[in-house]
Amino acid sequence: MSNIIEVKNLKKQFGDFTAVNDISFEVKAGEIFAFLGPNGAGKSTTIKMLTTLLSPTSGSIILNNNNPVENPNAVRHSFGIVFQDPSLDDELTAWENLEFHGVLYNIEKGLRRKRIEELMKFVELWDRKNSLVKEFSGGMKRRLEIARGLLHHPKILFLDEPTIGLDPQTRNHMWTYLEELNKSEGITIFFTTHYMEEASKIAKRIAIIDHGKIIATGTSEELQIKTETSSLEEAFLKLTGNVIREEGANATDKLRAHRQWRGGGKR
Amino acid sequence: MKTIYIMWLRELKRYLRSKSRIVGSLGQPVLFLLALGYGLGSTFQKAGQGNYIDFLAPGIVGMTIIFTSIFSGIQVIWDRQFGFLKETMVAPVSRFNIMIGRTLGGATIATIQGIIVFCLALIPGFRPQNWFMIFPLILIMLLVGTMFTALGTAIASQLEDMQGFQLIMNFLVMPLFFLSGAIFPLSGLPPVLVLITKFDPLSYGIDAFRILLSNSGVYSLTLDISVLVIITLIFLSVGSYLFSKVQI
Ligand SMILES: Nc1ncnc2c1ncn2[C@@H]1O[C@H](COP(=O)(O)OP(=O)(O)OP(=O)(O)O)[C@@H](O)[C@H]1O
Ligand SMILES: [Mg+2]
Repeated sequence: MSNIIEVKNLKKQFGDFTAVNDISFEVKAGEIFAFLGPNGAGKSTTIKMLTTLLSPTSGSIILNNNNPVENPNAVRHSFGIVFQDPSLDDELTAWENLEFHGVLYNIEKGLRRKRIEELMKFVELWDRKNSLVKEFSGGMKRRLEIARGLLHHPKILFLDEPTIGLDPQTRNHMWTYLEELNKSEGITIFFTTHYMEEASKIAKRIAIIDHGKIIATGTSEELQIKTETSSLEEAFLKLTGNVIREEGANATDKLRAHRQWRGGGKR
Repeated sequence: MKTIYIMWLRELKRYLRSKSRIVGSLGQPVLFLLALGYGLGSTFQKAGQGNYIDFLAPGIVGMTIIFTSIFSGIQVIWDRQFGFLKETMVAPVSRFNIMIGRTLGGATIATIQGIIVFCLALIPGFRPQNWFMIFPLILIMLLVGTMFTALGTAIASQLEDMQGFQLIMNFLVMPLFFLSGAIFPLSGLPPVLVLITKFDPLSYGIDAFRILLSNSGVYSLTLDISVLVIITLIFLSVGSYLFSKVQI
């Protein structure tokens, strides 16, 4: 099988802080790949570089045979994404948000309307289709974002903590759907999560990233054997240590905390 | 085409849904019309400048358009903060079209607001010299709206959050407004200021409004329109370039 994502020596700096530090990995076409790591490890930053939202400081990315820096539009054609942070238009209705997405992704009208109905029923929001998104609960917004991510069937689907804030029913429901989609259409799935059972059960291959560096890759079993542990959670803790990561109110807070911490370590 | 249309539609839907934005942004022009219209009207007439409301109305229409359209352009910052910008930035469509759609949406909203203010100006007694001039007037409103939405977008593409908003209002929008001849004639100004007003694109818009509405501009309609078209094209190119380079 060929590689649909190839990342070599990828690096991203914000000022003098290195968020992603020289990482390399591949994802095969049709694979389900999980990216695990503590808060602030650099997962979202990596996804942003893969999806043309951020340009790398150095290193190379090939996604579906195209380079996101040189040829962003070709790359944008090949993926769909569910972001970690909210990305809906609150002033539009649920249905309008999906319709907007469908038009941007050039899905023909008949198919678009059909899929919107199917997906809204799937995430149980069909009876709320004409409500403004700002009236939704956090979980309902999340479900709508997932429906939107599945509206066009891309070659690669990026899911940045897709199940955050979802109840177990919806989570199971969603993963069953995604696994089916992966089998029937061969869609490659690249996701991040903090639920280890989820990663262990769904992902064929896992990369663990910490402080911007990939520290291990392999199947859940391989990681457990390597660390002589009996669950992915234990393996993860053994690899990344037990220290709780600083979680600031925003990126700059985090950055400042990180700098202080690193500076303090050196002195 | 579809991209431009859907972006335009989104801007319009958001506008039509926020009643407070519609009413709120009409408050200022109405206040200016009434306070200045009644407050300065007699002084203006005594100074031999003619009917002040006929002079003021086109200026206030211009004011409505610059405020509304810069504000529409600045919405890019809100979209960035609320996260929606990401959704449009990863879509497989050209960012140029996204920017054009947004800009035309902003221009349309500004024009609607301009027309409302035009109608409100009829209450204190403003009358256009020829009602048919309304049609070319609307076209020029759209042009001025496009120009300033593009400018707003260009600036917003460079800003991370709303911190810079006050700065833009005080050091860009207000000077552009006051030096445009919207509320007082530019003819009596000291030469340095007159020179500066020549670089204010809004003054050409307002001049065109006056020519069409009360046949009383300082430049010619051809000059006004040429300047407006050129500046609009420049702002559109700069705006779409900066917008296409936005990182999240
Ligand atoms: N725009 C930015 N400016 C400065 N620093 C940033 C920026 N974006 C991210 N960072 C920093 O880069 C590091 C990695 O952030 P990233 O969002 O990739 O983490 P993550 O692995 O997704 O974490 P989480 O599990 O909390 O989502 C963090 O320390 C963060 O503070
Ligand atoms: Mg993240």
